[in-house]
Amino acid sequence: MISSIIFIILATASTIFFIYNAKKVHRNIFLGRDVDVSGDSSKRINTMLRVAFGQSKMATRPIPFILHLFVYVGFVLINIEVLEMVVDGLFHTHRAFSFLGGFYNFLIGFFEILAFLVTFGCAVFLIRRNVIHVKRLAMKELNGWPKMDANLILCAEIILMSALFLMNAADQTLQAHGSEHYHTAGSFPVSRFIAPLLSGMSDDGLMFIERFCWWLHIFGIFGFLNYLPYSKHFHILLAFPNTYLSNLNPKGKFTNLDSVTDVVKPNFDPSYQPVTDPNNPQRFGAKDVFDLNWKQLLDAYTCTECGRCTSSCPQNITGKVLSPRKIMMDTRDRLVEVGKNIDANKGTFVDDGKSLLGDYITNEEIWACNTCNACVQECPVNIDPLSIITDLRRFLVMEQSTAPTELNGMFTNLENNGAPWQFSPADRANWVNEN
Amino acid sequence: MSDTIKVSTMAEMAASGETPEILFWVGCSGSFDDRAKKITRAIVRILNHVNIKFAILGMEESCTGDPAKRAGNEFLFQMQAMQNITTLNNYSIKKIVTGCPHCFNTIKNEYPQLGGQYEVIHHTQLVQELINEGKLKVEGGEFKGKKIVYHDPCYLGRANDVYEAPRDVIKSLDVDLVEMKRSKAKGLCCGAGGAQMFKEAEKGSKEVNVERAEEALAENPDVIAVGCPFCNTMMTDGVKHFNKEDKTKVLDVAELVVKANNL
Repeated sequence: MISSIIFIILATASTIFFIYNAKKVHRNIFLGRDVDVSGDSSKRINTMLRVAFGQSKMATRPIPFILHLFVYVGFVLINIEVLEMVVDGLFHTHRAFSFLGGFYNFLIGFFEILAFLVTFGCAVFLIRRNVIHVKRLAMKELNGWPKMDANLILCAEIILMSALFLMNAADQTLQAHGSEHYHTAGSFPVSRFIAPLLSGMSDDGLMFIERFCWWLHIFGIFGFLNYLPYSKHFHILLAFPNTYLSNLNPKGKFTNLDSVTDVVKPNFDPSYQPVTDPNNPQRFGAKDVFDLNWKQLLDAYTCTECGRCTSSCPQNITGKVLSPRKIMMDTRDRLVEVGKNIDANKGTFVDDGKSLLGDYITNEEIWACNTCNACVQECPVNIDPLSIITDLRRFLVMEQSTAPTELNGMFTNLENNGAPWQFSPADRANWVNEN
Repeated sequence: MSDTIKVSTMAEMAASGETPEILFWVGCSGSFDDRAKKITRAIVRILNHVNIKFAILGMEESCTGDPAKRAGNEFLFQMQAMQNITTLNNYSIKKIVTGCPHCFNTIKNEYPQLGGQYEVIHHTQLVQELINEGKLKVEGGEFKGKKIVYHDPCYLGRANDVYEAPRDVIKSLDVDLVEMKRSKAKGLCCGAGGAQMFKEAEKGSKEVNVERAEEALAENPDVIAVGCPFCNTMMTDGVKHFNKEDKTKVLDVAELVVKANNL
């Protein structure tokens, strides 16, 4: 009875706290400018099912794909067992779903195998990060909190799975002892190898272990849920809306700025009607997170810092300072900072003299980009770092006129000669008569 | 190989009341860069060979605005775009073939919203169509059995998912087409895109084109085939960096077709 009450209080508190934080994240994301996300919804659902649910873009790197698949499938399916644990907690039952009989035994056995694969996957991931130092997982932008964040999640998952095994080991020993409440149910292909270690224990001791692991698992899950909004691990939820909202256009199609069209087009078409609000002029391009659109900010919260983007970036590969992953991490970090500022100032942002461009991302980084779309192609959850880089460039060029000198020269040539080089337009067709 | 090529400008055609089947958008590189001009002439040789009625804009063509747009200068881009759209619409252009993936991408994807709606194809797609339709018969000629590695231009490949057309054309030459480790969607940029062509690289350990040329040369090819004049420049420089220009040539897909068949 007491345990049921504690459980209900815990579940309620953690749900409320999660909603509280999720609302903050939601508010932060919608600090961004509006963006048109209309478009074929069946195409969108298809993309989400393929890319997020089906993990299609992970497959290009087979080893992490398989290991991640273990963890992903394990995480999703073991939740069915967690549901039973919740029911047991609420109604003081033992293995409430065991009425399913043989199928139940199959499920529990299958979950144990999955849990083992999850543990294996997480262990290899820890080794890749901390022992082998896979290049993309050991770059300097991960120093400090990001590295800690990744290791904490992996360790937490291993602890959760271990608790499940130990709980099952104690449970099956109690079942074998014919202990009251612990009626026979389940099959335990993994934890049966742990059970012999507990054989000498009294029923009280076993019940303590069983209950302790149960609570550890329950606390772990609620803790995990509430850790998500603070962590890169938020991708497990945001991957779905983010892929649903994927760019459906060819990757080469950059947005045309309506605010610019409103200035340029009347020169060519006197009947043109402006589409932007002249009373609410927007900055050209982006200097801070407020200037980005909310999909770009959702991208930032969705990023799990895997670094596939950076490891495929031609500029990063050749030692330049640009890292698309860092662009996403910086965007999130700045957005979180802005959110804290708003919280501390009763709901309004008070200028802190800082901005995404300058305090987080340097000009050198964004001028290095080849706009080759390798980062966009690589991202397993369809994040678009290139659109942010482009918006930052737009700010530098159109608001600050601080493009690199050679690019200013190229602009001048374009204006004067209609070509990026200093050739006369009159010579444009000279090639016809050259051999 | 005939020495002369036949090219009409849109202005000439319009003056004589003619309409071209297709407009050939040459691009700035194809118009002014000495190496790229050879590619332009190769494309024209193919067009002449199959007797397609085509025109160029000539002096009326102006940069699509691609380098300005990628560099963040949206004003300049839209000024260029509107100027070109006005010209193209005045001539009621319906179909365009470009010699450059950057022009291809910009006109195809970014002009429609500004009022320029055309069917746009890249020259490798046109050549593939001509071969498929039987209008252009090709054989391997001097490239028969030679090892050729194809470098995907970012703005043709990833940007617009055109991976097979240039490969199909190359394969039709009866050559040994080999793939680099990073190819198609995973292809590595040559280093020119994003307006990098027009500026020095940032401080780093290597130039991007050297990295890419090294990867291509690792296959020990006779030819590195490209479909973009900027990639051509970058890969040519990369091959020179390794002093391999005698062994490995950098050629556009159109040039392969023309050379192999003496067009």
